[in-house]
Amino acid sequence: MTALKKFFAGGTPWIWINAGAVAISIMMTVGLLLLLAYNGLGHFWPKDLMLAQYSQPVESGDPLVREIIGERVGNEEVTAERIISSGIPVTGDRLMYERELVKIGNRDLNGNDFTWLLTDYLDNIRFPENLTAFERWEWGNFYGYVREVRETGNAVAVSDPANLDDSAAWDALTERVARAVALHDEIAALEKGAIGEVNYALESLRLQQRGLELRNTDTPEALAAIQTEREEWDSRYAVLQEQLRELYGQIERDTVVMIAMNGQETEIEVSEIVRAYQPNGMHIGNKLAVYAQKLWEFLSDDPREANTEGGIFPAIFGTVVMVLLMSVLVTPFGVIAAVYLREYARQGIITRIIRIAVNNLAGVPSIVYGVFGLGFFIYFVGAEVDQAFYQEALPAPTFGTPGMLWAALTLALLTVPVVIVSTEEGLSRIPLSLREGSLALGATKFETLWRVVLPMASPAIMTGMILAVARAAGEVAPLMLVGVVKLAPALPLDGNYPYFHLDQKFMHLGFHIYDVGFQSPNVEAARPLVFATALLLVMITAVLNQVAVSIRNRLREKYKSLDM
Amino acid sequence: MTESNTEYAPANRSKFKKIDMSKIGGSDHGQSLDSLPSCLQVSNLNLYYGAAHSLTDVNLSIPSQRVTAFIGPSGCGKSSLLRCFNRMNDLVENCSIKGSITLDGEDIYHRSVDVADLRRRVGMVFQKPNPFPKSIYENVAYGLRIQGVNKKRVLDESVEKSLKAAALWEEVKDRLHESALGLSGGQQQRLVIARTVAVEPEVLLLDEPASALDPISTLKIEELINELKERYTIIIVTHNMQQAARVSDFTAFMYMGKLIEFDTADNIFTNPTQKQTEDYITGRYG
Repeated sequence: MTALKKFFAGGTPWIWINAGAVAISIMMTVGLLLLLAYNGLGHFWPKDLMLAQYSQPVESGDPLVREIIGERVGNEEVTAERIISSGIPVTGDRLMYERELVKIGNRDLNGNDFTWLLTDYLDNIRFPENLTAFERWEWGNFYGYVREVRETGNAVAVSDPANLDDSAAWDALTERVARAVALHDEIAALEKGAIGEVNYALESLRLQQRGLELRNTDTPEALAAIQTEREEWDSRYAVLQEQLRELYGQIERDTVVMIAMNGQETEIEVSEIVRAYQPNGMHIGNKLAVYAQKLWEFLSDDPREANTEGGIFPAIFGTVVMVLLMSVLVTPFGVIAAVYLREYARQGIITRIIRIAVNNLAGVPSIVYGVFGLGFFIYFVGAEVDQAFYQEALPAPTFGTPGMLWAALTLALLTVPVVIVSTEEGLSRIPLSLREGSLALGATKFETLWRVVLPMASPAIMTGMILAVARAAGEVAPLMLVGVVKLAPALPLDGNYPYFHLDQKFMHLGFHIYDVGFQSPNVEAARPLVFATALLLVMITAVLNQVAVSIRNRLREKYKSLDM
Repeated sequence: MTESNTEYAPANRSKFKKIDMSKIGGSDHGQSLDSLPSCLQVSNLNLYYGAAHSLTDVNLSIPSQRVTAFIGPSGCGKSSLLRCFNRMNDLVENCSIKGSITLDGEDIYHRSVDVADLRRRVGMVFQKPNPFPKSIYENVAYGLRIQGVNKKRVLDESVEKSLKAAALWEEVKDRLHESALGLSGGQQQRLVIARTVAVEPEVLLLDEPASALDPISTLKIEELINELKERYTIIIVTHNMQQAARVSDFTAFMYMGKLIEFDTADNIFTNPTQKQTEDYITGRYG
C-alpha cells in the first residue's frame, strides 16, 4: 500500500501521462502528414499499364469476356452479398471477395474512366511495353496502342501493335506531341499576353467613353480621339487574330490513330495530348523524370477538367497573396488599436469592456465574419466605391462584388483580436524604467513609443501575426462568401496597369480541397488531388509560419530584455 | 576636465584607494549656502499621491554647479522630491502638487512649460541602469536624434564627448556599435550618464545611481560625479550616508515628507543642528 502511494506521490505516473500526451500529438501530426503524402504524392507516379482478360460471370451461359487496359489504382475486400446485389452472380462459396479499382481512362469511349473488377476473374495479366498512355487537355487519360500517325490526313508512320519492336509510329508521335505542346504554349502566351492586353485596352476605352458620357463631356473631338485609338487597337487585334488562326491551323495538323481496349480504333488529334508515355517500357530514371514533370505541372500549372487534372498554381498564388495582404492589413490596424488601448486610453471599466469584447471577437464563428464581410464590405463599402470611382463600369460591379481585397479585409477583421491581444501583452512587458529613461531625455510619449517601446514589442507583434497567419491560411468558410471561386485562372497580378488587381476573384487551396473533394463529378480521379492539395496547404501554412517565426526570433535576439 | 578622462586608466587610479573625505567631498567647506547662486528654488511644495500626503511644505534652494545630496530613511520622500524637478511625477496617476519649483526663475509647473524641453534641461539617471536595447552609440545619440540632429559628424562628436565625460570612452571606443546590453552594470550606469550628458542638461538628477552596483563601480560613479559638478548642478538621492558625505557639497536630510535640515555636507555630518538629523547620521534609526 505504502509502496503504491509512494509510486503515485513520486510523480512517475504523471510523467508517463505527460510523455504519452506528447507522443500521441506527435504521432497524430506525423501520421496525418504521412497519410497525405502517401495518398497525394503517389498520384503523380506513372504506373504500369495492365493488359488483362476479365471474364465476368453472368446469370446463365458463358461469362462475358472482355479485354482490360488500365492502371491498377487500389483494391478492397467486399462481401459476396454486396457483389451479388450489384448484379454479378458470384458462386457465393466465400464471404469476402477482393475487388480492384482500375483506371481504364478513355472517358470519351467508355463514359467512365474507373471500373471495379473482381480479382478472381482477372487473368492473363501482362504489361506489354508498347502500351501507351496519353494525358489529354480534355476527356482525361487515354490508354491504348499507337497504330498510325497522320499528317494532314496522310499516314506518315504505321506500327503493328502486336510487334513490340516496331516503334516507328511511337517515335513519330513523340516528336509531334512535343511540337504540339510547344504550339499550345505559344497560343496560350499569345492569348494571355498580347490579346489580353488588347482586350484590356479596348475595355479601358469603353469605360473612358462611358465616363465622358456620364460627365456630359463627350465632345465630338474626345469621342473621335477614342475612336481612332480603338481602331488602332482593333487593327492590332486583327493581326493577332490572324497569327492565332495560323497557329491553330498548325497545331491541328497531326492526328494519331489509336487502338483502345477490345480493339476499338479511334483517331485523336495530337493537339489534344498534353503528355504521352509508355510506362511499361520505362526504366526507373525515365519514370522519375515523368514524375518530376507531373509534380511540377501540379505546382505550376492551371487546373484542367473541372479541377480534377492539371495544376493548382492559381490556388497557391491566391492563398499566399491573400494571406500576405491580410498580414499587411491586420498588423498596423491591430498594433494601433493595441497601442491606444494600452498606452493612451485611461484604464478603467470601459477599457476592460473593450478588452473582453476583443477577446470574444476571436471566438466568433468565421462564417459570421463572412456574412459581415459580404454585407458590409461588398454590398455597402464596395457599392459606394463603385458609385464614387467606377461609375462608368456600372451596372457591372468592380468592387461591389466579392474579390481579393474584401477577402483579405474580412480575414484581417477575423484575426485582428489575436494581434491586439499579443501586442498588448508585449507592450505591458516593456519595463517602466526604459520608458522613463527615454522620457527623461526629453522624448515625448509618442517618440518614446515609436523609438523604444514599439521596437521592443515587435517580437510580440510578430507572435500575433504568426497566429493570425496560421488562422487565416486555413480559413475557408468566410472566403466562400467574399471572394474565392472554383476557377479563376487569371492571377490577380499581371502586366496590365495597375498590375495588382485587388478587385479580382481568386482561387484558394482550402476551397479547392472542398471543391475537388466534394463537388467534383469524377470522384475517383479527384481523390488523390485532394490529398496532394491538402498536403500543399499544410506545407504553405507551415512555410508562412516559419518565415514569421524566424523574423520574430531575429527580433527577439535584437531586443532581448534586460536581465538585471 | 576631459583631459583627465581621456587619460583615465585603472593603473593611475587605484581601484582600492581610500577615500579622503576632506579632499573629495565638501569642497565648499565654510562657504555658506546663501552666498551661492541658486538654480532650483522649491517653495512650499506639497505632493500628494491620491490621499497620501508625501511631501509637506518643502522649501529649498539648490545651488548651481554644486552637488546636493538628499538623505533620509526609506519612504521619506527624497525620491519623490527629486522626481518633481523634471516632472517625472506627471506619469503617476492621481499625483498632485501644490507650491512651486522654479528653474532659473521660471516656474516649471506653469502651463506654458514644455515638459519634454524641461526634461532635456533637467536630466535624470535612475537607480537601475536602463540602457535602451540599441547599440552603445545609438544609446548616447538617442537624445540628440530626438531633437532632430541627424548629421553623422555632429552625432559622432557628441557621442565621443559624452562618453569621455562619463569616463567610458576608453572602455567602449572599439565597440560603439555593439549592443549596450553587453556592458557590465557599472558600465551601463555610466552609459546612462553619458546619454544624459549628451543632451547638455543644466541639472543632473541622480536617483540612487550606485545602489545597484558593486563597490568598484560605485567608486567610479562617485569620481565621475566629482568631475561632472564643474559643469552641472547635480542632485543626488542616496540612502548611503557615507556616499552622501563623500560626494556632496550640500546635504538635505528629509524625514516623513519633511525637509528637516539643509546645510553644507560638513555641517550636516559633523555638526547637525537638529536632533533628528543627528539621530539618523549616528545610526539611531533609519
